Amino acid sequence: MNFRAADYLPWLVIGLLALFPLVESTFYMQLLTKVLIMAIFAMSLDLLVGYTGLVSFGHAAYFGLAGYALALMAPQYEAVSLWWSLPAAVGICALFALVTGVLVLRTRGIYFIMVTLAFAQMLFFIFHDTKIGGGSDGIYIYVKPTMKSGEVELANLEKIEHFYWLVLALMAATFLLLRRVLGSTFGRALVGIKVNEHRMRALGFPVFRYQLASFTLSGALAGIAGYLAAVQYGFVNPEILSWHQSGAVLMIVILGGMGTLYGSVIGAFAFVLLQEILSNQAWFGAAAKHWQLALGIFIMLVALYLPQGLAGLLRQSGRKAAAETTDE
Amino acid sequence: MSEAVSLGGEPILRTKGLTKQFGGLVAVSDVSLDLYVGEVHVVIGPNGAGKSTLTNLLSGDLPPTSGEVRFEGNDIAGCSADHISRLGIGRSYQKTNIFLPFTVFENCRLAAQSRTPHALRVFHRAGGYAEINRLAGEAMAAAGLAHRAERIAATLSHGEQRQLEIAMCLATQPRLLLFDEPLAGMGPHESQRMVELIKGLTADHAIMLIEHDMDAVFALADRLTVMVNGEVLESGTPEDVRSSPAVQLAYLGGEEILHD
Amino acid sequence: MDFAFFLIQLLNGLQYGLLLFLVASGLTLIFGIMGIINLAHGSFYMVGAYLAWSLSAMTGSLTAAILLAIPLTVILGMGLERLLFRHLYQRDHLYQVLLTYGLILVFEELRSMIWGDDVHGVAVPELLNASIPLTDNLSYPVYRLAISGVCLLLAAALYFLIQKTRLGMMIRAGASNRDMVQSLGIDIKLIYTLVFALGIALAAFAGMINSPLSSVFPNMGSQVLIICFVVVVIGGIGSVKGAMAASLMIGLAETFGQVLVPEVAGTIVYVLMAIVLVWRPEGLFGKG
Repeated sequence: MNFRAADYLPWLVIGLLALFPLVESTFYMQLLTKVLIMAIFAMSLDLLVGYTGLVSFGHAAYFGLAGYALALMAPQYEAVSLWWSLPAAVGICALFALVTGVLVLRTRGIYFIMVTLAFAQMLFFIFHDTKIGGGSDGIYIYVKPTMKSGEVELANLEKIEHFYWLVLALMAATFLLLRRVLGSTFGRALVGIKVNEHRMRALGFPVFRYQLASFTLSGALAGIAGYLAAVQYGFVNPEILSWHQSGAVLMIVILGGMGTLYGSVIGAFAFVLLQEILSNQAWFGAAAKHWQLALGIFIMLVALYLPQGLAGLLRQSGRKAAAETTDE
Repeated sequence: MSEAVSLGGEPILRTKGLTKQFGGLVAVSDVSLDLYVGEVHVVIGPNGAGKSTLTNLLSGDLPPTSGEVRFEGNDIAGCSADHISRLGIGRSYQKTNIFLPFTVFENCRLAAQSRTPHALRVFHRAGGYAEINRLAGEAMAAAGLAHRAERIAATLSHGEQRQLEIAMCLATQPRLLLFDEPLAGMGPHESQRMVELIKGLTADHAIMLIEHDMDAVFALADRLTVMVNGEVLESGTPEDVRSSPAVQLAYLGGEEILHD
Repeated sequence: MDFAFFLIQLLNGLQYGLLLFLVASGLTLIFGIMGIINLAHGSFYMVGAYLAWSLSAMTGSLTAAILLAIPLTVILGMGLERLLFRHLYQRDHLYQVLLTYGLILVFEELRSMIWGDDVHGVAVPELLNASIPLTDNLSYPVYRLAISGVCLLLAAALYFLIQKTRLGMMIRAGASNRDMVQSLGIDIKLIYTLVFALGIALAAFAGMINSPLSSVFPNMGSQVLIICFVVVVIGGIGSVKGAMAASLMIGLAETFGQVLVPEVAGTIVYVLMAIVLVWRPEGLFGKG
């Protein structure tokens, strides 16, 4: 693969995805919307796990918080403007990430994993046990947010293809933003911290500040995904914050291949489709009810045998192909 | 004490009564020493004498239990490692401590990057800063690694990795260098190259060097400090230290201690 | 709050804390000695509870069920250690998280297939089915006292095992220096298997004895697991002493929280954790 192809490939994929609503039905468009939302969510986590070396097991906190923020900001039977509600939801997530970040970044390794999980659970119990967010029933979002410029409606999110395009645009924006950030001096420093935190400190980098910035950005981006998920489903309940959500997104990052960004997109495709297939009653009949068994075994196999994920597999076969051509 | 090689002026770093305790164990006890620009100050002593702990206290890797560390007049005792590094103290590690998966250039580029105010600019390509690249290039050249720029650090020979360690130090443009056994594990040829490299740095740096290799010690030392059990046994010019009865008794006479 | 009521809450809090200790001590030992983060630890608590329920339905006695179930969980623990966990010792925590997360899903689905998704109650053993009257209308169940007693006995046994026996010495040595133990010719693999099985059995046993109080229900493991994470974080990784102190702290905080400020009771333990993190990031009894 030459340099130019790698440069244009993301645009090509985004372009093809943008054409999708012209050829496909409602069901697959909704499924693909879900994939793209999970891709945003996974990329935000990859920034932490794959590039900063921080394994967070509580990333659902920021995803769910943005969903709840939208639900609580929106008047019950009226539309809220996306122009301010999305930035507000993302801002709340960034703020929460900043505050929790100050605490969790005092820990490392196993501690960090447990503490991030514990803070996500704290949020879960706040929404589950109190009436703030409708308790365990959650809140319905009856009307989708509006996107208007003056009196002109730029997009109608009640239409699934309009919503799909919005999600795709935000996914592309997240990808490009992260690629830019990771290529900057800031991004290089993050990877340096992942590889050798101690040495970075000895070289004069204020490691904590870099990690906190990364943690905050990651939480904010997860907020974009959570906001969109809440819009898509039309309701939020504590499940959106549950640790299964955190486990799923971590699985997507690993399955796709951490530290690659595009791997998160591949992983989201693979994971959402896998869930869809395993729980398909037409194919698996009564066994489909227990699809989580197959999913659990699949997750264990990935952990044991595919640590570099699908992106690693692609790279490997790419190297093999390259080796074969040079052999000739 | 001797003032033979002092170039005059204030010491760049001065410790007073520096002490580090781990629980009941006193690793560094009441150490006072001065480091001057233009001098190589070598610290020797048997394993467990507290030499590496002393380095860690000066570099901020460990906070002292008590005592004073003044760098260019400011008390830096207990400051964080990154803060001390930014003030102008660079260090190398006894156990090679580099970014193994990165290229030699990227190792040095990261080090140089830490000196720039661009650090938190998130939208500019990292490779686009001419000043950082220049500093990284100069550091590589000074450490004799210019021809290895694009090699992955993990694939370098042990000696080259030690050189890279020094290059990274230099890229941070320190005024004081703390070298913790830079010759460890090196063959005679590589050692010779490293001694030359350190000699070349003496003119515009203050250097504290911990070393076991006695040939290198006497080739480099302007000032020599002997540590035993966390304490300074003797400090002065190499000649003074060599002729000190206490040192002869406790240290230089016992060949076997020297070589472990 | 009058004194009898206070006493009841105090005993409840201590009993809950001691139960948490059984689960958390296994978790912290496995963390500290083997360096493994085991998310599936709560699943063994659930397995214990379900075994107690189904075996007591079969035999008609909870005591008999527990006696039968303990060897089963030990075998399960040893088997899983050999089959799965052994491959994780040298791996990054990330993969341990992933594998044990997958294991939770497997356990939950197997539970659903074998035992169904209903909530079941378990009868208190006849002998202990009594109450001690405290005032005219308040009394305290003997079974809760019995649980606390058993937990205390086990805690003492654990202390003795780790501090006073040769096995315990090896366990402690293994925690600090894996290579040294191996060079002494001690079979570190066997020790790991034993420690893992011990941890699993403790969690499962907690599920068994608590089943008459909590009843058995799907996903009962994850609730306990996450609280035990908090216990381990507060107590300090690898410290059994810390696990005891933190368990009692959390047990009391949550019990009194539920009585005094029910809306925020669920969050109290996390606030406690946050305070400890600010104050001592390595935990109360952790190595700094």
